[in-house]
Amino acid sequence: MSGFRRHRRSGDSVATFTVFEADLLRSLAAQLIELLRNESATSATAGDPLEELLDFSGPTTAPEDPVLARLFPTAYPDDPESAGDFRRFTESALRDGKAAAAASIIDTLEEAGLPAEPEDGLFIDVELDRAAAMTWMRSFTDMRLAIATRLGVEEGDEERWAALSDEDPQAQVHDIYDWLGYLQETLVQSVR
Amino acid sequence: MSTSPVELDEPVVEDVTALATPWVTIVWNDPVNLMSYVTFVFTTYFGYSKSKATKLMMEVHEQGRSVVSTGSREEMERDVQAMHEYGLWATMQKSDAP
Repeated sequence: MSGFRRHRRSGDSVATFTVFEADLLRSLAAQLIELLRNESATSATAGDPLEELLDFSGPTTAPEDPVLARLFPTAYPDDPESAGDFRRFTESALRDGKAAAAASIIDTLEEAGLPAEPEDGLFIDVELDRAAAMTWMRSFTDMRLAIATRLGVEEGDEERWAALSDEDPQAQVHDIYDWLGYLQETLVQSVR
Repeated sequence: MSTSPVELDEPVVEDVTALATPWVTIVWNDPVNLMSYVTFVFTTYFGYSKSKATKLMMEVHEQGRSVVSTGSREEMERDVQAMHEYGLWATMQKSDAP
């Protein structure tokens, strides 16, 4: 396992993934995209044909899924009306941006040679300029927020996860969470 | 536009008061985001110096929240949306709110 480092000459962030690591990243990105599209970001105007025809509005209430609720927080905690307006005007764009960031990770990995079916012994080299590195950072954050919300990660709970057996699926998912954190940390350091 | 009669001076004073109580963007602590990443977001998005960004990040980390920007309501809505793009947990309120 290796993370990102700064390429001395180009200043780009570079990393070499095993084909299995790259395949895991692709699958996490794909799951994030699916989640973002799962609960559609539209307002509940059903029944009003005029409003449906003029469907430029987004949702006004927080998503039910706790992961989505964390990805799209309520901007005005004490003002439901303003919070609804803010959500209507921002959430669709935020969803699209997060899905596009995850999609660009998939594209970059596949352009770097990640095949549909991973073959043992293959390595995937990625090189990210600053803009691409920022996109990956945002998407790593979204993936980590999603996993942490599902697992119930809390501040300073490392011992809880360390105590789990290796066979425990929660421990395996937490290992992936830690790995994404390592990639994120090295990516941030590499663009400094 | 006509000159305001003296009687209408008071609303002008209220406008001044409204400008003097701007809005703030607050970033809240979460158990997920890395300290390095939060600092990076504050330097990159707000253009803050490394030391100011680090100080704000430490406030979030240790006190649970930090006011990261101040301005008009529209500006704060932009900042909150940007923080959500970066995956930070941000809210906004009037700066005089508790």
